[in-house]
Amino acid sequence: MTPRRPKIVGFCCERHGLDSPVAAAKSGITYDASVRIIDVPCTGRVDGLHILKALEDGADAVFVLGCLEKNCYYDTGSIEGRKRVEHVRSMLEEAGIEKERVEMFNTSSTMTWRFPEIVSKMCDVVNRLGPLGKEGDEQ
Amino acid sequence: MKAGSNLERVFESGKFVVTAEIGPPQSANPEPLVHHAKMLKGYADAFNLTDNQTAVVRLSSIASAAIVMREGVEPVIQMTCRDRNRIALQSDLLGASALGVRNVLCLTGDHQIFGNEKGAKSVFDFDSISELQVFDRLRREGKQVGGGEIKDPPKVYLGCAENPFATPYEFRASRLAKKVAAGADFCQTQAIFDMDLFEKWMDEVRSRGLDKKIHILAGVIPMKTAGAARYMKNKVPGMIVPNHIIDRMKNAKDSKEEGIRLCVEQIETLKKMKGVHGIHIMAVMWEDIVPRIVEEAGLLPRPTF
Amino acid sequence: MIVAKRKPLGEIADMIAPYKKITVIGCRSCVAICLAGGEKEVKMLVSALKVKNKKEGRKQQFEALVVERQCEKEWIQEVEDKILDSDLVLSMACSLGAQTIGDNYPHKLAFPALNTGIFGVPEEQGVWSEKCVGCGNCIIHTTGGICPIARCAKSMLNGPCGGSSDGHCEVNLEIDCAWYAIHERLKLQNRLELIEQVSAPKDWSTSHSGGRRTYVREDAKLTQHQKKGKGAVR
Ligand code: SF4
Ligand code: SF4
Repeated sequence: MTPRRPKIVGFCCERHGLDSPVAAAKSGITYDASVRIIDVPCTGRVDGLHILKALEDGADAVFVLGCLEKNCYYDTGSIEGRKRVEHVRSMLEEAGIEKERVEMFNTSSTMTWRFPEIVSKMCDVVNRLGPLGKEGDEQ
Repeated sequence: MKAGSNLERVFESGKFVVTAEIGPPQSANPEPLVHHAKMLKGYADAFNLTDNQTAVVRLSSIASAAIVMREGVEPVIQMTCRDRNRIALQSDLLGASALGVRNVLCLTGDHQIFGNEKGAKSVFDFDSISELQVFDRLRREGKQVGGGEIKDPPKVYLGCAENPFATPYEFRASRLAKKVAAGADFCQTQAIFDMDLFEKWMDEVRSRGLDKKIHILAGVIPMKTAGAARYMKNKVPGMIVPNHIIDRMKNAKDSKEEGIRLCVEQIETLKKMKGVHGIHIMAVMWEDIVPRIVEEAGLLPRPTF
Repeated sequence: MIVAKRKPLGEIADMIAPYKKITVIGCRSCVAICLAGGEKEVKMLVSALKVKNKKEGRKQQFEALVVERQCEKEWIQEVEDKILDSDLVLSMACSLGAQTIGDNYPHKLAFPALNTGIFGVPEEQGVWSEKCVGCGNCIIHTTGGICPIARCAKSMLNGPCGGSSDGHCEVNLEIDCAWYAIHERLKLQNRLELIEQVSAPKDWSTSHSGGRRTYVREDAKLTQHQKKGKGAVR
């Protein structure tokens, strides 16, 4: 059996966060992973529950991608986002689940290399830790 | 005479009093106590046996007192409110008195967080002032706090501690006044390094006439190293160690000798201070040095009755 | 309000491990306000437990619910069928909620998911601090409105102790010394004489030391007759 491709969910803000994958897509880069992008108006809108639900429903890893903290379209949105991510990470740690599966990143529209870098980092994490639960276990 | 202890007699005689501390061991072995009692006998008028100081489990203060008494040394037992409620405190007071202990120092106690039993449930049924008040009534009227009668009341001389260097400074003399009102006969102060601040506190104490109502023993700690001075400055809450003292210890060729010299100088200054009736030497883990300090400070021989 | 905090997830997971059908019940009162056991926290707990089960290949069935006030039996009766239908109720209310469920459905198991801590107030967003320990005989009119029983580490009545350092408590220099604060408040109010006198020992029999306490308002109680009319007494 060929190893399953990592399933990764990325919550990207509609501002700088979403410019990154668009730039990456234009440049034609491909990954050996299934990355699902969910656009959110701002990473400050991402709730801890969204992240947990993604893991619950099949993701092996989740990242949240927002604007640079000092250059956020909604001022402190990506700072809020980071706090939620940290909260979920601490819950995972308490539960004995690798917190590296959830990560917050920041980027700006001009950092074209950022998105591929993030995806490969998350792929590394999943390849190292393995899938979250057994195949077909998703509820 | 309230209790007829040696300590009380020396105070009443108007002589400059010396007390010192003996730290009970963290073991069931009485030997270290016997050793210190033999070594220190005659160098102070009474010795405090600390009560699980800094909340570290040690041989109990009352048992330690009984052990040193066998060596002919007069004890001051310490009774903190941290570990015992009013039933136990009153009971232990009766027990201590029955064993012949005549001096009792009432303390609220260091919080258990400082010690080696951090999971302990603290009691703090009383604080030091209510403890004094209750003990004073017990010895004078033979009445417990709950109203019960005690047939043969304990015969004890009651002491307290006070820290002129804790905040708010302006309340520290008032707090001593509260302890006087609650029945304290003598007071051992926190170790003094900041003479100016201590002098200020004494001014206030004298202007209220408190030095006439309570015997004040000024506390001193001989230090071995500059590190110890810095530790006390930074880590011990409610302790002030001015920089010039730390520098002096740091620059000394032989810091132990400097520590002794400093302590003797402090005692010389305190001896001249009006309203100070004696000194209390807290040579923590350095009990052996007490005889030399007492001798060099010109406080020998100790009076006998 | 009552302030509580979720137990570590690992501890909760261990506690519920033997049970299959679990109903998690939150409360919309105090614990929702202190972000410990409201609707959101219930959902997050359930989700995190599911992720953990997924990772570890354990199967459990969860139901997430919230009631208005879990300490009142009338409110938990609304979810009675869910309680009766589960192997275990995991209460995300303060411990009063778990105990109310336990007392009303004694054959069912109701476990606490929260550690109930303090009677506290929100100091700022996300920060709650203790102001009372329910000693049953309030004295704060004599201490400048600041409770020394709850806020002094040694519950002193004649503070501050010798450890008060720059207005901070010896136990933790991050915490204000309650007695320093009392002194400052009374000075401001020109009432320092209140702490110049000795405060006698406190009578703790009104506190928890006296055993379980029950407070009764006779005028609010229903008479036997009224109870019969309502027909809803346990
Ligand atoms: S004195 Fe007692 S009732 Fe009043 S606030 Fe303090 S603990 Fe609560
Ligand atoms: S420092 Fe203040 S709050 Fe802390 S124990 Fe002493 S009196 Fe109480």
